Amino acid sequence: MKIELSQVSRWYGNVVAVNDVSMTIGPGVTGLLGPNGAGKSTLLHMMAGFLAASGGTVTLDGTPTWKNHQIYRHIGLVPEREGVYGFLTGWQFVLSAAKLHGLPSPEDAATKALAMVEMEPARDRRVETYSKGMKQRVKVAAALVHDPQVLLLDEPFNGMDPRQRMHLMDLIKAMGTAGKTILFSSHILEEVERVAQHIEVVVAGRHAASGDFREIRRLMTDRPHLFRIRSSDDRKLAAALIVDRSAGGVTLTSNGLEVQATEFRRFAWLLPRVARHEGVHLHQVSPADEDLESVFAYLITRSS
Amino acid sequence: MNGVVAGITYRAVLGRRRILLLILLPLGLVGLAVLLRLVGSADERSAVTLMQSFAIGTMLPLLGLIAGTGVIAPEIDDGTVLHLLSKPISRPVIAQTKFAVAASLLALFAALPTFVAAWLLVGGESGIATGFTVGALCGGIAYAALFLLLGVVTRHAVTIGIIYALVWEGLIGNFVPGARQFSVQQWARSIADQLSSSPFLATDVKLSFAVPALIVVTVGGVLWAGQRLRAYSLTGDE
Repeated sequence: MKIELSQVSRWYGNVVAVNDVSMTIGPGVTGLLGPNGAGKSTLLHMMAGFLAASGGTVTLDGTPTWKNHQIYRHIGLVPEREGVYGFLTGWQFVLSAAKLHGLPSPEDAATKALAMVEMEPARDRRVETYSKGMKQRVKVAAALVHDPQVLLLDEPFNGMDPRQRMHLMDLIKAMGTAGKTILFSSHILEEVERVAQHIEVVVAGRHAASGDFREIRRLMTDRPHLFRIRSSDDRKLAAALIVDRSAGGVTLTSNGLEVQATEFRRFAWLLPRVARHEGVHLHQVSPADEDLESVFAYLITRSS
Repeated sequence: MNGVVAGITYRAVLGRRRILLLILLPLGLVGLAVLLRLVGSADERSAVTLMQSFAIGTMLPLLGLIAGTGVIAPEIDDGTVLHLLSKPISRPVIAQTKFAVAASLLALFAALPTFVAAWLLVGGESGIATGFTVGALCGGIAYAALFLLLGVVTRHAVTIGIIYALVWEGLIGNFVPGARQFSVQQWARSIADQLSSSPFLATDVKLSFAVPALIVVTVGGVLWAGQRLRAYSLTGDE
């Protein structure tokens, strides 16, 4: 099954949360990547039928998702908010999901779903006694109980410990390989890279990039990088660096050097060699703009 | 009606401390009735006064507010309602189920204690017990729908509900006769008056207005709540 967004916008009063986004989410695992506040949740909510688009259309295999409760036969949703009845046990919670779906054998489905997320040992404890990661897993179990063709997860790895994270990543990968359509949002590139074959990048409500993870990774590493360097002789090092084509510009400041590297890989290879050759000691080499925000900012200027 | 939705809703309402609120007022009503009996004032006049001012005038709207908003508003607040809404169940059915739970709670915690208290005071005399019980039941059903709708429409359901029940029905209704026309508890009193022959009971709102009004509020409230749930939106933190 596929989810199609066609020229979708969503605004709240004067604030535009999502701006003219078109994308198709097909079988396999897709990562929805973007910084916080980029509109990932807004997009996900529209796909899940929990928000009307202000403009454009959101469809699941051609049928609109808004005001259409039949889509939940095919969609499993793991929302970001905790939203689990604390007074139910994990078992009761997942079983209630199976019953609400009207499954022919709710007990079997609930048992299977709890096993998938490795929550059988704690199934008879009340949800309010669970850790954040356990609540997250029981939510995933409830979303999987009817074996949906489409799974939407909003920041699913938040609050999970590394082992649980690995387990859920494997589970998502396996489901993607089995031909299910899976979309999850995240603001962490490494997370998305490990699970998703396909990545959609959203920045400030706009669709900034789309492709497989190698392509996105290349876009992100091949951009110009800014390094701050402190050494035993800044001026000497500056003179030696600017000779090479990988350094686009060198600025001498009171705090050391600022080097604009146009070719990241070559520059990383070059710097220690040049320093040794010139007999300069490197005290500090730090990337000045490695935060995700600037990576995204680069992507959005590149795409527009 | 959906059994699973009803089951979760009963547990949510009765499991939290709200059940204490639901029990406290009926206990107070029955306690007052027992007290009046013990001091020998258990006559028709005091029965009607207690029923009008406490059972219908205070307990019914407050319990209506607790039960009507309680079946849905906390779930919308903490996001758990998503568990029900992300299932292939029509939203109007979810609204109807929530309404039925609230109405049944009001039958148990408002109408039944009303009957017990009235019966303790005057037995079957002048149809007071029956009249007020049926009145409380009809009023409770309308309150359930009204406050359910309020719980779906606004996050300030309890505040608005209290203002309606105490200020509009209680305060303004006492001084402005016109306001009584649009008061659920006045409609409940009209029904009680119809079924009781007690001379101490008088109402301002005609039955020919009260009954259609109760039906319109109940049916309209439940239908509207269902439509609002169909358009339930997650606006998120963004």
